[in-house]
Amino acid sequence: MLASLLAASSDFVRPEFDWHALAPELVLVGTIALCLLVDVFTSDESRWTASSLAGIGMLAALVPILTLAYDNTDRVLFGGAFVVDDFSLVLSGLFLVAGYFTILLSTNYIAEGDYAEGEYYLMLLSAVFGMVIMASARDLIGIFIALEMLSIPAYLLAGWRKRTLTGNEAGMKYYLMGVFASAVMLYGMSLIFGGTGSTILADIGDKVNANFMDEPIAVLGIIFVLIGFAFKVSAVPFQNWAPDTYEGAPTPVTAFLSVASKTAGFVAILSLVYVGFAGQADIIRPFIFIIAVLTMTVGNVIALRQTNVVRLFAYSSVAQAGFILAPLAVFGESPQSSRDALIAVVTYVIIYTVVNLGAFAVIIAVSRRTGTGEIASWGGLFTYAPALAVSMAAFLFALGGIPIAAGWYAKFTAFTAVVSGNSPLGYIMGVVMAVNSVIALGYYLSLVKVMFMDDVPDGDVTPIRVPVTLGVVVGAAVIFTLAVGIFPSLVSDLAEGATLALLTAR
Amino acid sequence: MFLNQFLLLAAALFCIGVYGVIARKNGVMVLMSIELILNAVNINLVAFSAMWFNTPGANPLAGQVFALFVIAVAAAEVGVGLAIVLAIFRNYKTVDLDQVDLMKG
Repeated sequence: MLASLLAASSDFVRPEFDWHALAPELVLVGTIALCLLVDVFTSDESRWTASSLAGIGMLAALVPILTLAYDNTDRVLFGGAFVVDDFSLVLSGLFLVAGYFTILLSTNYIAEGDYAEGEYYLMLLSAVFGMVIMASARDLIGIFIALEMLSIPAYLLAGWRKRTLTGNEAGMKYYLMGVFASAVMLYGMSLIFGGTGSTILADIGDKVNANFMDEPIAVLGIIFVLIGFAFKVSAVPFQNWAPDTYEGAPTPVTAFLSVASKTAGFVAILSLVYVGFAGQADIIRPFIFIIAVLTMTVGNVIALRQTNVVRLFAYSSVAQAGFILAPLAVFGESPQSSRDALIAVVTYVIIYTVVNLGAFAVIIAVSRRTGTGEIASWGGLFTYAPALAVSMAAFLFALGGIPIAAGWYAKFTAFTAVVSGNSPLGYIMGVVMAVNSVIALGYYLSLVKVMFMDDVPDGDVTPIRVPVTLGVVVGAAVIFTLAVGIFPSLVSDLAEGATLALLTAR
Repeated sequence: MFLNQFLLLAAALFCIGVYGVIARKNGVMVLMSIELILNAVNINLVAFSAMWFNTPGANPLAGQVFALFVIAVAAAEVGVGLAIVLAIFRNYKTVDLDQVDLMKG
């Protein structure tokens, strides 16, 4: 048996292998292995090395991304299953920066609590590794593996406080909804494979355009696959895990889930919709329209009556997911509207990621002192922690879309994209978005009011001691928020460059 | 053998699995229902792979490879799931998922 196999493989030629294109992933894998080994051979006192090592690994993985960007050639590996272009480079870079910020958020939080430190950073690195693959995957198998690579560590991270009841509940809810959604998504993928005979997205795109479009099974497959990712981005009606998981998980993990893993879901939706299902815009548009309208409205309305700041941000992130999805409701109306929608999603995702991480850094810093997430405990924050209060106000303005904070530009591109389709669906979406922006300001500004106008609840005005790592994240996010708010071209150039690659992919 | 027999079997398994996830209260039973869905996917993939096997231009092994990946990932998923169920059993003294619902709002 083996001999015949070997004889048959004599004409086997090793495929060309582009090490440079895979360098970011290889650096991450190397760091993961190194973290695992170092954790085994260090004593409990020197567990902090894991955090430094993971941070250095993330930054080291950014180096090949920069060299690849400087090289500026699109690289196609494994028969089209793995593509390194501007789109994947911009988003891989975003994931690595978000991962690095998450490590900075975690360092004190994890060291001070009763947590398994070495394993924590191992899981974080693995999840970021999955996201970086997701940015480059252009193949159903690759997207599935990337999704699981980022989800399985995230399930464990969500349940990291394993001795508390809420921690268990957070892990269980996230796990069950996640696994169920990915199983449904897989069923959809199997149907798409059955209809097209290929797992490469570009091939699927060709088939979907040709004759597969008339088959009802194609609709089922596409909707099932999109549902799998609608869960990942916590779109209504697949959002009910989000608030409980966000509240029960350690706060740095909540920050990570609400930005990085959400962004990975959007990246997968973008590469599926723009490369794989581009010929099926008639199915995608109404589906995205319904989901986006529901997500914005339900998220905002429930957020209005939250009393816990983490739950408030959970529903706020649900509502923001609706805003990010909204431009896709005009996908395929015209080449111009497809392009505008893609730019809007990428811009929104970049701005939202940094702003939300900054907001969570402030939440962690404040709850270190108050020990609770109740909004009432934030009363009079400005009197004893003016820097934190002003930063938080900047982030809240950004999330609400008030100039000069960066968020206005994200909202602006989203509105532009929605009306660029010149379709009734697009205009209705624009109205819904406008109404929702106003509702969202209700709870963002009420938190600002609590920070600046209310009295300090217990009269204790000793200043908050902010750890250096948290301060770095808050400072960097504030600078980003203001810089992009004043010079939007900082982000728009990146986003436009990134989108060009995906639009010409097929 | 016709392709539709396999597809019907897979669809039936998928429906049973979805019903189990929604209706079952026991955490372990929900995990098993998810396994049913994943096995429905595997049957689909292998059946479709056989269908496309002799078509020029189609990758003859893509479906089989996909099924192998699904099996491997399902094992990892269930490992994590059982760990979470075990942690729940330690703290709650039950695996009834309806009782794992402290956070509201």
